[in-house]
Amino acid sequence: MPKQIAFKGSIEYLQILKENGKVDEKLMPSLNKNEIIRMYELMVFSRKFDDKLLALQRQGKIGTFAQVKGQEACQVGSCYAMKQEDWMFPAFREAAAFLTRGLPAEMIIETVAGDERGNKIPEDVNCFTYSVPVAGQILHAVGFAWGFKLRKERKAVVVFFGDGATSKGDFHEGLNFAGVFKIPIVFICQNNQYAISVPREKQTASETIAQKALAYGIDGIQVDGNDLFAVFKATQEALKKAKDGKGATLIECVTYRLGDHTTADDSSKYRTKKEVDEWSKKDPIDRVKKYLESKKYWKREDEEKLFKKVEEKINDAVIKAEKIGIPDVEDMFKYMYKEMPWYLEEQLQEVKDAGNGSS
Amino acid sequence: MTKLNLVEALNLALHQEMEKDNSVLVLGEDVGIDGGVFRVTEGLYKKYGKDRVIDTPLAEPGIVGTSIGLAVNGFKPIAEIQFSGFIYSAFDQIISHAARIRNRSRGRFTCPLVVRAPYCGGIKALEHHSESMENIFIHTPGLKVVIPSTPSDAKGLLISAIRDPDPVIFYEPKRIYRAIKEEVNEKEYTIPIGKAKIVKEGNDVTVISWGAMVRECLIAAEKSNVNCEVIDLRTLKPLDIDTIINSVKKTGRVVVVHEAPKTSGFGAEIISLINEKALLNLEAPVKRVTGFDTVFPYAKMENKYLPDERIEKGIKEVLEF
Repeated sequence: MPKQIAFKGSIEYLQILKENGKVDEKLMPSLNKNEIIRMYELMVFSRKFDDKLLALQRQGKIGTFAQVKGQEACQVGSCYAMKQEDWMFPAFREAAAFLTRGLPAEMIIETVAGDERGNKIPEDVNCFTYSVPVAGQILHAVGFAWGFKLRKERKAVVVFFGDGATSKGDFHEGLNFAGVFKIPIVFICQNNQYAISVPREKQTASETIAQKALAYGIDGIQVDGNDLFAVFKATQEALKKAKDGKGATLIECVTYRLGDHTTADDSSKYRTKKEVDEWSKKDPIDRVKKYLESKKYWKREDEEKLFKKVEEKINDAVIKAEKIGIPDVEDMFKYMYKEMPWYLEEQLQEVKDAGNGSS
Repeated sequence: MTKLNLVEALNLALHQEMEKDNSVLVLGEDVGIDGGVFRVTEGLYKKYGKDRVIDTPLAEPGIVGTSIGLAVNGFKPIAEIQFSGFIYSAFDQIISHAARIRNRSRGRFTCPLVVRAPYCGGIKALEHHSESMENIFIHTPGLKVVIPSTPSDAKGLLISAIRDPDPVIFYEPKRIYRAIKEEVNEKEYTIPIGKAKIVKEGNDVTVISWGAMVRECLIAAEKSNVNCEVIDLRTLKPLDIDTIINSVKKTGRVVVVHEAPKTSGFGAEIISLINEKALLNLEAPVKRVTGFDTVFPYAKMENKYLPDERIEKGIKEVLEF
C-alpha cells in the first residue's frame, strides 16, 4: 500500500489595513469611528510614553526597560478586543497592553524605576504581573484560563510572548495542555523578528510560527502585526471561540521591534539601518492615521490636541511615580509569606538595627 | 482510629480535603485512573472526577506551571511530581515563579500550591529515583518545605500544606511509604507547619533528623545505649529553631543526620544556627552524619551511601569528645 497522507494543514494570513491606509472593507471588523479613534489614541500614548521612558532612562532616572515601539498594534489591537472580565498575561514588553487594559501609567514607571509597588495591579485591572524569564508566563496563563473552564465562567485569557519564547519548552507544554484540555486562551506571539540579537530564522526552521499550533491540535493564524484591524479581528474571533468552548488559538503577529531589545542593548550591532528603515515604513501608528484621515475622521487639529493631552498625562504620570518615594525596608520582607517567619523577623531587625529601617 | 501506612494516610488526607473543599485539585502523571505509581491518589479519580483529579501530559514544568496559574485563580492545586528526581525541569517554575508571585505583586497575587513528590533512597530504584535534594528548595526564598516521617504526621501535615496560603514543597519518604503502620485518627486534623516533634526524650545527645532517617536515628539511639533526644524536624522551612535550641541547651551534644549530600546540606545550616544561638552550651563539635558528595549510587552500593551504623558511631563520638 502506498504511503497515505496522515495529516494536512495550512495557515491563513490576515491583513486588513495596508501600509497606505486603505482597508479591505469585506474583512473589516465591526468597529465604530470612536472605537478606532480610541485605539489610535492608545497607540499614540504608548509611543509617546515609550519615548518618555527612554529619555528618563538616559537621564538615569529609571532602570533598564523594554520598549514597545513598533509593536503597538499587536498589543492595543488584541487588548481592545478583550472584555473587562478577561485576563491579560504579559511577558516584559507589554506596556501598551497594560495601558489598554487600564493600568495607570505611573505604575509602569514605578516598576522600571525599581519599585515593586508598581506591580501591585489594581483590583479592577485584570492583568497579571510581568514575567521576565522567557515563556514561563505561558503556563501560568494556561492554568489561570483552565480555572475559568473548571468554574464554567465565560471568560478567557490572552497571553503575550515573543518569537524567542517559541523555542522554549514552556511554550510547547502550554500549547499542548491548552490543546488536550481545551483551555479558553489566546496565545499571542509578537514575532518581532529578533530575540535580542538572534533573528527569527535562527529560532525555528518552521515557515511560520503559527503553524506550530497545528501540532498541538489548536488553531493557528498569522496576521500582519502592524495592522491594528487584523490583530483586533483575529483576537476577537479567537476570544469568542475560546469562550464558546472551542479551545485555544495561536496568533502570530508579524511585527518588528523598532527600538533596541532593552535600553541596555545596541541593535546596530546585529541589524542594518536599511532594515530598520524598511520596517519604519510599515509603522502601525502611521497606518491608522492614514486610514482615519482618508475617512475624514481625523484632522491636524485633532492630532495636535491629542499630542498635547498625551504629553500632559505622561508628565502627570511621571510626577506621580516620582512622588511615591522609596518603600519601607519592611516591604522587602513582608510579602515573602502571608505570615512572616521568625528568621525574616530576625533579618528585618538586622537591617533596622543597622539604621536602614526608614525610607 | 485505624491502622494506616504512610501512603494510606496521605490518601486519606487527600480524600478529606477534596471532599471538604471544591477548589482542591490533584494534577500529575498517572494520578487519575492509575491512582499514582505509589497509589497515593488511589480512588480520587473515581470519586471526584476528571476535572479535579487530572491526568496530565508527561511534562513537569507544565504540571507545575499550570498549577501556578490555577492557584493564582483561586484553586488549591496539589501537583504530584512522580519522583523528586524529575522535579528539576520544573525547578524554574517553582523558584522563578511559585516562590515569588506574592512578593513580585506585593501581595496582589498569591500561589497556594502544594508540590508533592516521593523522595529519598533505600528502595533499590533506578537512577534519579533516590535523591534527597530538599535543600535546593529550602535555600529558595518564598517556599516552605515539609517532610513527614510517620503516617499520622503525614496526614496532618499534608492537610496543613493544602490549606497553607503559600507554596509548599511536600517531600514524601518513599522508603517508609509502607514500612510503618500506626494508628491514625480518621477524623480530619492538622499538624502545624513549622513545628518539630521530639520523638524520644533524652538528656545526653540531641539527634536531629527528618524523613526516613528518623527511624534510623531511633534504632541507632536504642543500639547505642546513650540517652538520646531524637528530634524529627517535620518542617525544614520554616525551621522550628526553638525546639532545637532548647534541646541543645539540655544536652550540649548534637548529631545531625540526613541523606542529602554533606556539602551545603541542611545540616550545615542547623549547625550555623546552633553556633549563633547556643555555641556556649555545646560540649562537643556538632557531628554530621550524611549522604556523600557523590551521585546517589545504584542499588548494590545504596547501603554504603545511606547513613546507617555511622549514626550510632556519630552519637558515641560526640558523647566521648
